[in-house]
Amino acid sequence: MAEMKYYELIKNPGMVALTDIPILDYHDFREQTIAIMKKESCHCVNYFIRQNTDHVDFYIIIANDSSHKVFVYSHRQKAEIKSLESITQECFQLHVFEREIYENTGIVFENHPWLKPVRYPFDRYDKAFKLSDYPFYRIDSEEIHEVGVGPIHAGIIEPGHFRFQCYGEKVLHLEIQLGYQHRGIENLFIKKNSLLQRCVISESVAGDTTIGHGLAFAQLAETLAESEWNEKLECERIIALEMERMAVHIGDIAALCGDVAYQIGQVSCEALRTIVINTMQDWCGNRFGKGLIRPGGTNYTLGNKILSFIAERLEEVHRRFLEVADMIFDDSGILARFENTGTISAKQVYLSGGVGMVARTSGTCRDIRESHPFQAYKEVKYKPVILDQGDVYARALLRKIEFELSFSVINELITRIEHLSDNLSFKPDYEMNFKPDMLCISLVEGWRGEICHVAVTDHEGKIEIYKIKDPSLHNWHVLALAVREQEISDFPVCNKSFNLSYCGNDL
Amino acid sequence: MLKKLKVLKSHGSQYIKNLQTQPVSDLFRGRPIISGNISEQEISRVASICPVDAIDKKSGSIDIGRCVFCKECAFMLPEKIRFTNDYRLAANVRETLIIRPGVEIPVRLDETKVRGEIRKLFSGALKLREVSAGGDNSCEMELAASGNVNFDFGRYGIEFVASPRHADGIVITGPITENMEEALKICYDAIPLPKIIILAGTDAISGGIFDGSPALRRKFIEEHNIDLFVPGNPIHPLTYINGVMDLLGIK
Repeated sequence: MAEMKYYELIKNPGMVALTDIPILDYHDFREQTIAIMKKESCHCVNYFIRQNTDHVDFYIIIANDSSHKVFVYSHRQKAEIKSLESITQECFQLHVFEREIYENTGIVFENHPWLKPVRYPFDRYDKAFKLSDYPFYRIDSEEIHEVGVGPIHAGIIEPGHFRFQCYGEKVLHLEIQLGYQHRGIENLFIKKNSLLQRCVISESVAGDTTIGHGLAFAQLAETLAESEWNEKLECERIIALEMERMAVHIGDIAALCGDVAYQIGQVSCEALRTIVINTMQDWCGNRFGKGLIRPGGTNYTLGNKILSFIAERLEEVHRRFLEVADMIFDDSGILARFENTGTISAKQVYLSGGVGMVARTSGTCRDIRESHPFQAYKEVKYKPVILDQGDVYARALLRKIEFELSFSVINELITRIEHLSDNLSFKPDYEMNFKPDMLCISLVEGWRGEICHVAVTDHEGKIEIYKIKDPSLHNWHVLALAVREQEISDFPVCNKSFNLSYCGNDL
Repeated sequence: MLKKLKVLKSHGSQYIKNLQTQPVSDLFRGRPIISGNISEQEISRVASICPVDAIDKKSGSIDIGRCVFCKECAFMLPEKIRFTNDYRLAANVRETLIIRPGVEIPVRLDETKVRGEIRKLFSGALKLREVSAGGDNSCEMELAASGNVNFDFGRYGIEFVASPRHADGIVITGPITENMEEALKICYDAIPLPKIIILAGTDAISGGIFDGSPALRRKFIEEHNIDLFVPGNPIHPLTYINGVMDLLGIK
């Protein structure tokens, strides 16, 4: 393979004119992708198509964790294209993107090892694909039994179907079928064309990540409109993002304790999570931060009074949470259930394209806050913590460590806001005009991991394509790998340690 | 042991003593109040910005069963529209959720329309099955929170159960996706009679921001009698708790 051909984006969020994106022929595109993805620091953040009257463009976006860059390039096919040689067979983390394209358009990826539906969208190519006929992998043996769970689960959670192949108590294989939550979000981003409507949709991609997805959209809109925002707004947004992370991490530790019947850990964490989300409500009137993140500005700017209130409340949570964590991680019962349970390796993360906490607990340094800093992270000296055991224990412990990191980032930003010379605050701007014929990429490290929003604008600057990648999209597969060779009774605690999003996957 | 005692000491007592009068933040976006002298022109301005068409273009009333509580209308016309922190928003009659200009009465249940068997059979204990049908996990988390150490709704014998066969009713969140239509129906059919239906959140009540998406199937809602509508985006645990308490007649 000769010279690499791609457009290199340095900024996050960043945009590129469609005409500046190199078009390769498919053979070169495939070879180049395989070559780039050989590097463990590279992972694909999106691969999608754009249908034109006489041709189809396939855009791929790859982020490099160590060079801090994003590569964009494409290949073009005739409109009547029926099949392509799959890249997945050489580079497994593309599996879900090729499956998605296949499901939406019917283009077959030859020699794809797992060409199955992703989410049964309403506008899928073949409506004859029915949710009830999902082609589950099965092991035929008299000694193997199948366990089916869902779509409706025992608790108050979202729907999804899990199919286990078990030998006695041991799980040999788990396959996760999703799509039940599909609301047609990507389509709504095009159809509902007021900026405010799109803000509300972005906050509902996954309500537990209101700030993460809301911010991914807001900064994308600002970039496409080439609008400016000030440092104060950047700091406020990251305070919100880190508060969301703190709240969910504490809540997850509560849930993990609940799963192993460690009640004191569960209730004490629940109470602390309540303080964090109630503080969010004191800031913006909503416990999840809905309505806070808006393009161009915010309706809830941080004044001195609320700043010191937040600092004071989080100080209290911090003190108490460290006491609780000290108790939890010292408990032999907890250690017995968490350690060496649901272990995944760095290789599995690399092959599956795992992101976020899942990657960072298996020895992979993947964190958008460091690799592609956005908003106030451009100035914050943030260094991600990497653990390498890859088990439930590591995923629980990382939550505790990230809680402390978030706490110190928030304090740093509060101090910075107090000393800002430019203390102006701006109201949201819903009248933005987007630049035509652009492809814009926005990356945010939400509490689960990397969130990617991509928009393509047409000749008039209208959004023609909107693509969302929630961190769950790749991590669901990692969860399925984590429970192999485990007792089926350990599934709940493995599942909680991932805490993936159904609606973020199903869109 | 010492560590546990330390945690317990810091933890203290967490439960909310009176769930009906618990104060919440002033900024909480609850029941809106629209001024009686809002002009036609002002109505058309706020109606045009509303992301979910919750504001009636003629009368200027706000349907809190559609409203996503973004408060943009109040930011636009602070003199004419304001959102109070009144979290008691649940009702058993859909029309009650339409808040008219100049009307400042609280949202309450219509006692005459509560089915007699509900109070007779369920006021001592009510077990519910939750079904998320396209919910974004925020309403689900708030429903779960209603049973946590702070809100402790279990004190009235009101809880969520794992099986529909153990349940007295169903709580639905989300706009109801086509892909969940069948599972929702199967779950509802599995609940023994008599049973109740509660819609939690704007998405469930009207489709919310997802209204009009071709991926939804809302036939179930049209075909069944709804016992309680709980507005919110997401619902606040206190909105849900007070709604259910009013439905059961718990004072």
